[in-house]
Parts: sequence; structure tokens; C-alpha cells
Amino acid sequence: MKILVGYKRVVDFNVRIQVKPDGSGVVTDGVKLSANPFDEIALEEALRLRDKGIATEVVVATIAPADAQAHLRNGLAMGANRAIHVVTDQPIQSLTAARVFLKLIEKEQPDLVILGKQAIDDDASQTGQMLATLWGRPQATFASKLEVEGGKATVTREVDAGLETLEVDLPAVVSTDLRLNEPRFIKLPDIMKAKSKPMETIAFADLGVDAGDTLKTTHFAPPPKRSKGVMVKDAAELVAALKAKGLL
Amino acid sequence: MSKVLIVAEHLAGKLNAATAKCVTAAQALKPESIDIVVLAADPAGVAAEAAQIAGVARVLTVANAANADAIAQVLAPQIANLAAGYSHVFGPSTTFGKDLMPCVAALLGVAQVSDVMSVEGSHTFKRPIYAGNAIITVEAPTDHAVVATVRTASWPEAARGGSAAIEAASVDVALPTHTRYKGLAAGKSDRPDLQSARRVVSGGRGVGSAENFKIIYDFADKLGAGVGASRAAVDAGYVPNELQVGQTGKIIAPELYVAVGISGAIQHLTGIKDAGTIVAINKDGDAPIFEIADIGLVGDLFKILPELEAAL
Ligand SMILES: Cc1cc2nc3c(=O)[nH]c(=O)nc-3n(C[C@H](O)[C@H](O)[C@H](O)COP(=O)(O)OP(=O)(O)OC[C@H]3O[C@@H](n4cnc5c(N)ncnc54)[C@H](O)[C@@H]3O)c2cc1C
Ligand SMILES: Nc1ncnc2c1ncn2[C@@H]1O[C@H](COP(=O)(O)O)[C@@H](O)[C@H]1O
Repeated sequence: MKILVGYKRVVDFNVRIQVKPDGSGVVTDGVKLSANPFDEIALEEALRLRDKGIATEVVVATIAPADAQAHLRNGLAMGANRAIHVVTDQPIQSLTAARVFLKLIEKEQPDLVILGKQAIDDDASQTGQMLATLWGRPQATFASKLEVEGGKATVTREVDAGLETLEVDLPAVVSTDLRLNEPRFIKLPDIMKAKSKPMETIAFADLGVDAGDTLKTTHFAPPPKRSKGVMVKDAAELVAALKAKGLL
Repeated sequence: MSKVLIVAEHLAGKLNAATAKCVTAAQALKPESIDIVVLAADPAGVAAEAAQIAGVARVLTVANAANADAIAQVLAPQIANLAAGYSHVFGPSTTFGKDLMPCVAALLGVAQVSDVMSVEGSHTFKRPIYAGNAIITVEAPTDHAVVATVRTASWPEAARGGSAAIEAASVDVALPTHTRYKGLAAGKSDRPDLQSARRVVSGGRGVGSAENFKIIYDFADKLGAGVGASRAAVDAGYVPNELQVGQTGKIIAPELYVAVGISGAIQHLTGIKDAGTIVAINKDGDAPIFEIADIGLVGDLFKILPELEAAL
């Protein structure tokens, strides 16, 4: 069984994002970039399925500018067998990303595709669902547990009401939630080994993907600031402050 | 003029409050009409509820045994089929809507606007990115329908008192059988629902254990509040996952939010920025939660909560 994993490079989750004063974007110069946390979980889950002997090959894919090779090497160092780099300098929105992944699926014929439930830069949470739709295959989003057996996957999903379980026929698209697993750390020897693993680069333009129908971002703004609060010294003062606000 | 179709969210025969919030967002478009579609095995009860939302013109029902549980790949082709003639298709930014609406968008071949916070024009919206640390204004193409999810914490519920017409809609599309619903494990609770509660008390890692969480539940009950938690509290197994508040949990906007033993990580704050009043109780005076709290109290939660309960 072959698993294709989405492995997006994003601004590290610890960075405090600053909006440029002229509203033209957010500051990304010199900012630390890392793998999307949900995609590390996606890769970890694929590697665990390989460790268990269920999967035989794990392929990581990213759609990113040319300088994302080091990022993909991290995915290889974590344990992926191969990497695919779809190269473009343009930021890619979810629908286009889904169309790219569909092309990769046609080429790779994976039995399972694991993506993150959302990329923490655009917070769109769309690509997996769009991909499953375009592919005409099942989706199980926001997964916190995944079991694969006999051409089927049983997936526990984190939904607002609790934990939902779906059974889907393979091939299918699964998107990961945080509690699915804890990704392994990359060890130094693995970084060396990753250097010789295969990495394929494909120019975005060569895929023949329709990059139309995108949203145009016209302005960036910082979020509204909450006004400075007050400190109270004990429970009695807190109750009084809440009463003064009409909340009790 | 805009014509809006809203996908109703419902569970166990009850309409979710998120649907009435979508109606408010739709009203901001100053549309010609707003319709709601209810897809269910037996939509009658939910449709009757939806018909009472003020401002709704028609409630369309699609009765089909395949719609008994909300399976996105089953619902999406039916919604895409009904979308003809509408300028906007809205769903809530709950796990239901997040799962489903991108499928509708993909079938229609359009980009989706996620988490609409405000409507600036018929095709212009504001939405958060980077865990709410930036708000962007986006323009959707004007030559076809806009598919969007509505950020429920940004919109109040539309009022009741309407009497929309209820019509059975017929959709003629093949539905996939590749996905089977196996069940839902939900914590039973008589407390107010986290996403619509006017008051919420949340506990974090500082609460220390599942047993200790009783102190949070007791205090919440005294206030008539819903109960939430930080991710650390969920990960540590103190409470079930559906209580998580934040970027990857629930985004909520209660009148009163009380954070107890929560440090205030940016991913948690994302979920509570729209609360009316934020109260923080933490023994560490330097905890970042105090930077956004309206009322802060430094101290041991195990001492303060019983005192508060006694004072109420
Ligand atoms: C991609 C991503 C998404 C995330 N999404 C979310 C999310 O949706 N929601 C979320 O909450 N987190 C989320 N997180 C995790 C987040 O970064 C923090 O790790 C988490 O919020 C910390 O939880 P906490 O405040 O309970 O724990 P801690 O940071 O450990 O804080 C515990 C606090 O309790 C206080 N305390 C301890 N004992 C007492 C006492 N006796 N009395 C009073 N105070 C006490 C301490 O002073 C401390 O401030 C996410 C992280 C990532 C990477
Ligand atoms: N440019 C990209 N490169 C690699 N994977 C991507 C890319 N864009 C989206 N994805 C995958 O799709 C998931 C959801 O992204 P989004 O729909 O943007 O929130 C991510 O977690 C990735 O797994």
C-alpha cells in the first residue's frame, strides 16, 4: 500500500505574526518556517502504518517555491521514502492545491492520502475535502484515530458533538487532527540518510492545472485590540467587578 | 441582487443554533431572499424549526434515508444540485460545515471563503488567518456563486418569529456508498452547549486531574455556565475533546468567559477573542492570559473557586 502525504511549509506556530503597517501582507522576511504541525502528524501516521507493515511506501509532497527543498529533506529524514516538489513562486490556495494533488494521485495511484486538517497560515481547512470530491473518493476529516484493514479504513473524527466513527472504502482522503499521534523527532543520522533519498521536482506549469478561481486578498489588518483590563485582589473584588458590569 | 442558500446543521432532530447565525450573516448581504435547505432522513421537525427563523423565505427539504447522518460526500452533490439559481451558498464554520462546504465548492468549481467574520460587499468578506493574528479582506470572483462558511462566533443568532414556506425539493443525483457512519460517542451533559452558552468556565492544565475538574463543573453549574477546556487539559485526559476551546477546538463568543488555570497560549486566545468579558484566574501573575483578560485575579484556583462559589 502506498500513502501520499501533504507536507506544507508554513510560518512556525511559535512566531507571533505581524501585519505590515501598509496592510499589504504579513511580515515573513527572516521569519522561521516549519512543516505545518498537522502535516507532521499526517506523515507520522503514514510512517506508523509502514512500521506496522500495512504500508510499503510513503511519499511526501509539497507545493512551494524552489527553496523548499530543505523542508522536504526534513520529511525524508523523518522517514518518508520519496518526496515530490511541485515548484511555484505563487501562493497556492486550497482549490488549486487540491487540483495539484489530484494530478499527483493520477501519477502515483496511492491507496491512502493523508493531509492536515488545516494549514496554520491560511487556516482554510479545505484542501482534503476538495481533493476527495474531485477524486470521487471518501473523506474522513479531523481524524484522531485511524485503522486500516482489508481495503477499508475506520476513522474516529473529532467533531463538535464528540467523537464520530466512519468506515470508508480505500482509496480515501484522511485529514489529521492534533490528537492522532505525536510526531517523532528527527535524528542526526537520518538527516544524512535523507540526502540520498529520491526527490522529484515538477514545475507547476507542467502539471496543466487550472489555477483559475481564486480569492483576491485586498487588505491585511491586525485583529482588533481588546482594551486593557483591571486586576482584582480577591474573590470578593472579582464578584463586585462582575456585578458592576451587570454580569452577575 | 443576492439569493442565499443556507445549509441547515442539525443533530438528533434538532436544529443547531449555528444555522440562525448563518441567517444573520446572509442578511448582511441585503439579499433578495434567503432559503434554508434541510437534508435529513425525515426533515419535517428540523424544517419546522428553521421556518421560524425571521428573514427566511423558504425552507427546502430533501428527505432521503442516505441523509440520516451527515456524511459530507453524500450531502454535497445534493446541495450542489440545488445551488443553481443562488448567488451564495453558506454553511456554518462548525465541524459540520468545515467538512461539507469545501465539497460543495469543489463540485461547483469555485474557491471557498472560510470563516466569514464580516460582509463588506456582495463578494467581499473579512476572514481571519494565522490563528486570528491577521484579518484579511478577500474578494471572491463575481461570475459565479460564492461558497462560504460563516464564523459562528462573529454573528448573533437571527430572531425567531418567522413563518417561511416549507417545500420538498427533489434532487436527482447519484449518491456514493463508499462511506458508512458507525456512530457518535458524545459526552452526555445537561450544561449549556459550549458554542451557544452565554457564560463559559474553562479549565486548563492548572486544574491538575480529571477528578479535580469537579471544581470547574461545580463553579460552572453555580453560574449556569457551559464548560470548556484548554488543549493541554484535553490531551492530559481531564475532559473529552469536545470541550476544547481555541484555534483547533471551538471558537466561542460568550458574554462571560472565565479561564481557570490556563496560561493563555495564542492558540487558546484565538478561541475566546470575541467573548464579552474575559476573567482570568491563574497563580502566575506573568501568565499571558492576563494580557487580554478584562478582569484578572492572581492566586490558587483551589482557594479562589470555593470562595467565589460562596460569594455568589
Ligand atoms: C497547531 C496548534 C494548535 C493548538 N490549538 C489549541 C487549541 O485549540 N486550544 C488550546 O487551548 N490550545 C491549543 N494549542 C496548545 C497551546 O499552544 C497550549 O499548549 C495550551 O493552550 C496550553 O494549555 P494550558 O494553558 O492549560 O496549559 P499551560 O500552558 O501548562 O498552563 C497552565 C497554567 O495553569 C496555571 N496554574 C497551575 N496551577 C494553578 C493553580 N493551582 N491555580 C491557578 N493557576 C494554576 C499555571 O500558572 C499556568 O499558567 C495548540 C497548539 C498548536 C501547536
Ligand atoms: N502548498 C501545499 N503543499 C503541500 N500540502 C498542502 C499545500 N496546501 C495544502 N496542503 C495540504 O492540505 C492541508 C489543508 O490545507 P488548507 O486547506 O490550506 O487548510 C494541509 O495541511 C496540507 O496537508
